[in-house]
Amino acid sequence: MENKEQKKAPLRVLLGKPGLDGHDKGAKIIASLLRDAGIEVIYTGLRQSIEQIIAAAIQEDVDIIALSILSGVHLELSRKLLYELNSVTKADLIPVIIGGVIPKQDIKSLKQIGVAEVFPVGSSFDDIIKIFKSYEQKKV
Amino acid sequence: MPNDWEEQLDGLKQGSVRSMARLITWVENRRTGWMDAMKTIYRNNGQTRVIGITGSPGAGKSTLTGKLTSTLVEKGYSVGVIAVDPSSPFTGGALLGDRLRMKTISTMEGVFVRSMATRGALGGLSLAARDAVKIMDAFGKDIVIIETVGVGQDEVEVVKTADLVIVVCVPGQGDGIQAIKAGIMEIADFFVVNKADREGADQVVMDIQTMLSLSSQDNDIKVPVLKTVSTTGQGIPELVETMSDFLTNTEKTPKKTENRIREELLVLLEKETARALRKNWVDKGLLDKAVENIISGERDPYSIVQEVIKTSLIN
Ligand SMILES: Nc1nc2c(ncn2[C@@H]2O[C@H](COP(=O)(O)OP(=O)(O)OP(=O)(O)O)[C@@H](O)[C@H]2O)c(=O)[nH]1
Ligand SMILES: [Mg+2]
Repeated sequence: MENKEQKKAPLRVLLGKPGLDGHDKGAKIIASLLRDAGIEVIYTGLRQSIEQIIAAAIQEDVDIIALSILSGVHLELSRKLLYELNSVTKADLIPVIIGGVIPKQDIKSLKQIGVAEVFPVGSSFDDIIKIFKSYEQKKV
Repeated sequence: MPNDWEEQLDGLKQGSVRSMARLITWVENRRTGWMDAMKTIYRNNGQTRVIGITGSPGAGKSTLTGKLTSTLVEKGYSVGVIAVDPSSPFTGGALLGDRLRMKTISTMEGVFVRSMATRGALGGLSLAARDAVKIMDAFGKDIVIIETVGVGQDEVEVVKTADLVIVVCVPGQGDGIQAIKAGIMEIADFFVVNKADREGADQVVMDIQTMLSLSSQDNDIKVPVLKTVSTTGQGIPELVETMSDFLTNTEKTPKKTENRIREELLVLLEKETARALRKNWVDKGLLDKAVENIISGERDPYSIVQEVIKTSLIN
């Protein structure tokens, strides 16, 4: 019923862009998409250091960290981020979702590193939303 | 109280940032057990001073908050920030973008920044923000800054309860101060004319001073009007100094504390009784039944509500 639904707390997602690459048009589109899907998006903008991303994710107590990476350094970055993130969050992990310019053959490696989901450029918006929303069920 | 609450409350006591963040989430979500947790937190509340910053969209509130925070940290204070942005009334989602202008402070020692969406219901925001302040207080923050856009009534309510309210204006919005809604001017302890690097800042200062002299009933209270350039930090040291004077001088006004407690208590009472009644009603199917009775013409809404109040609230 209407009331049950209202009670459910919105998902909180940190959306940022690590590294030095140029623009955040794609990230902004995803941000409004997620907002329109009923998600609270904490948008941190360009040029985030790994340290800043982790600090923001902890302070905001987000359910998901979503990063847009266009610079081709996704493997290195993910490895470093997950290593540092997991050593801070310990047993209470925060899932990481990555999108951007990511060659098909890297998806498997990213998942091995511990990235929860990967959305290469060209992924359908519907798929993206569906995956994000699936984390609502996992929320305590 | 379930174990997981105890665990986070212990964490808070031991200075775990993660626990503070988690407690804010759970309390904001009104997760079962939140009131018991808040009782413990309330007992551990100390001396946190709250600064409310409000003003028109894009006035530079977040940039100013960032600069203020770093200056306060340099002076040895630990600072919490609550940055409020509106939820979409249609989807319940929100785009919280204030961190964008607070990048450098988020990793500073002693700084904790939390974005908060308004989440609809009137009165709810001020409660949620106040709860977050209390959690930060129990953690040991010296100062908490709350940033809200000065548009909605609910957002005004939030800053109203602050120890110090700063209203941010900017030049170049047509008739400078007209942009600020009525109801906000009245709650300002300070005015900051930000973007003073732009043309017309002095005019805005004069407009504000004129307005203040026209509306002032109490000549003893002088409302400071300061100029800042938040992007460069110009004017921030003066602002911090004025703030510090103000907070020291108002330290012992029981009147303000009394008003705040009264206000908080009333809002909490309204919200929680309404919620309990509503839940009880919906769960027992009484709402559906009442609607039926009204449609069939057997009852009217007023007698039903009167009856509910009588049976549940007055004994
Ligand atoms: N020229 C100039 N620009 C400024 C100044 N302060 C902030 N800005 C710019 O104004 C824009 C908005 O700044 P924010 O700090 O995000 O403003 P805000 O009031 O928090 O905005 P909302 O939270 O969206 O209402 C940014 O592009 C800032 O860089 C200033 O003193 N001078
Ligand atoms: Mg802002």
